[in-house]
Amino acid sequence: MLFLCLLFAVLGLGLGYAARYLKVQGDPLVEQIDALLPQTQCGQCKYPGCRPYAQAVASGEADINQCPPGGEEGVAALANLLGITTKPLNTDFGQPSPPAVAYIIEQDCIGCIKCIPPCPVDAILGASKQMHTVITAECTGCELCVAPCPVDCIIMLPLEHNPSQWQWAANND
Amino acid sequence: MIKQWKFPGGVVLDGHKQLADISEPTLPPELTYPLLQRSDYYVEPVVKPGQRVLKGEVIANSQNPLATPVHAASSGVITAIASRLIAHPSGLSDTCIIIQTDGLDTVCPGNPCPNYQLETPAELRHKTALAGIVGLGGAAFPTAVKLKNRLPTHTLIINGAECEPYISCDISLIQANAQQIIQGALIMQYILQAERCIIAIENTMPVAHQALLSAASEVDIQIITVPAIYPTGGEKQLIEVLTGVKIPAKALPADHGLVCQNVGTAYAVYQAICLGLPLTDRIITLTGKGIKYPKNIRARIGTPIKHLVELCGGYTPDVQRLIMGGSMMGIALSTDDIAVIKATNCVLAMTSSELSVNQAAMPCIRCGDCATVCPAELLPQQLYWHSRSKQFEQCQDYQLFNCIECGCCDIVCPSQIPLVQNFRAAKGELTNKEKQAAQAILAKKRHQNQKQRRGKEEQEKLGKAEKRQAMIDKMKSAATNRKTV
Repeated sequence: MLFLCLLFAVLGLGLGYAARYLKVQGDPLVEQIDALLPQTQCGQCKYPGCRPYAQAVASGEADINQCPPGGEEGVAALANLLGITTKPLNTDFGQPSPPAVAYIIEQDCIGCIKCIPPCPVDAILGASKQMHTVITAECTGCELCVAPCPVDCIIMLPLEHNPSQWQWAANND
Repeated sequence: MIKQWKFPGGVVLDGHKQLADISEPTLPPELTYPLLQRSDYYVEPVVKPGQRVLKGEVIANSQNPLATPVHAASSGVITAIASRLIAHPSGLSDTCIIIQTDGLDTVCPGNPCPNYQLETPAELRHKTALAGIVGLGGAAFPTAVKLKNRLPTHTLIINGAECEPYISCDISLIQANAQQIIQGALIMQYILQAERCIIAIENTMPVAHQALLSAASEVDIQIITVPAIYPTGGEKQLIEVLTGVKIPAKALPADHGLVCQNVGTAYAVYQAICLGLPLTDRIITLTGKGIKYPKNIRARIGTPIKHLVELCGGYTPDVQRLIMGGSMMGIALSTDDIAVIKATNCVLAMTSSELSVNQAAMPCIRCGDCATVCPAELLPQQLYWHSRSKQFEQCQDYQLFNCIECGCCDIVCPSQIPLVQNFRAAKGELTNKEKQAAQAILAKKRHQNQKQRRGKEEQEKLGKAEKRQAMIDKMKSAATNRKTV
């Protein structure tokens, strides 16, 4: 009897300790959903970034098919994670487009810095009355900088296709 | 007789090797050098259009040791740095340096070193790097990087086992320049401070074997013949045959104290050290029934394939396909207006009668022949099913990245399924996915940093506004106090 009491006390303390010190910070499901999202931070899902959308999906507020950059594959991955049947991408939120990066036509740029705050990843370099440019390697292709430009000098260019990035295509005919 | 081992799988193939002597080509009017080297390393041009260059002068270089300098193969004028079709499986164009030759072939003076033993191994290794030497077996990995041993090397293997059908550039080089190859091997042995040096060739090449034996009669180098089973000439396969050491897929031979170099590389090292000549030419086999007079040519790197084919009398009327490399691992070229690169060991023009695949792929019948011949001990059939259904993670579980793309499975497949092509595509998909994931992580981090920074700025602004408000309130109350007084 005494032994059992002691055992339970020890186990109880252990559980209490675990609950206190091994507590998982944040919602692990949000993390998992966020990891599957393409991180373009484009806001096409009507949420201000990928993480807010992940939170909305986790809480059941948003559907899983609102991310155009993720495409059908992304929807399938989310469905797989959440254990629900996959569904087609909701095109009300936009069409999936081939990977592209923003490009500033430098001779047209007036240096108004209006494109700099919308960039979610600080990929635009420039200062007031100075010509701006996009750091291609950092650009996620979210297109958020295109609309604010008063002189329409930002265009989206499809990612350059050079031999070093080329990959073999499957042949299953 | 030295004990030999056997590697798993492999196939015995018809050699199709026409052992011609090496012929010297005429000077091409134009030389083209792509800036893209193996995988995705680019070199930077160090010349400008209009500049005159001499033979052996550096025209492009890189800070990265995995990209080797490029030297002009003849004297002339740089006419352009522009986009041209390059020798690459993609069939895409990329930036190239183009030299119009002046016919004088003026040589840039080199720095020959008649006695290599007076220099330190590090100096010699640096010289091989400056000479732009890469592995001439086909992979074109920088030789100087391979000659840098992190661990002590006990055995240097010089690979003369040219196992792929049609290619005979190494064998013809051995027959013509055995003495120089031995010298190159000794230099590399000295650089690596290796105890043992082996030169391996296939047992179907008695003339080359004899040439090596007589050239190596006075030095301590073993000449060993190995059975002609494809792919014996693969680095890890040859090491297994000669030493019994099985190099794990993710390890390098250097981790086991072994270094393997091609005979062509040994010759290039000899030329670079003893004669002070950078790598500007190599032996290229032009063969196949599609070529009138097959030849081995000591071609300048940068020569258009068209020019070399003309030296062989042109094509036969029934030529079907142009391939760079051998029939097993070569890549198809869309045109012959492409310059040869350091990795070009063979240009193969095949007629339809020679092509191994003459029909569309049929369904897999699960015979399992592919698994028996796979030298990497993989299950090509499983890999095929998974890659076909786009289950690339499963492919990775079946060790897709251990595939050496030798093509043994392709050749035995009774349904003629292009297995290797599928595996290459699956590898590409996985590599792309990995790149995208890395990009996503970067974007996420940058977005989080931005949010944090903007939050902080906001807070600072609020703090300042509060302070200001407090100050105003204080002044106001002071004023009212004064009024009341």
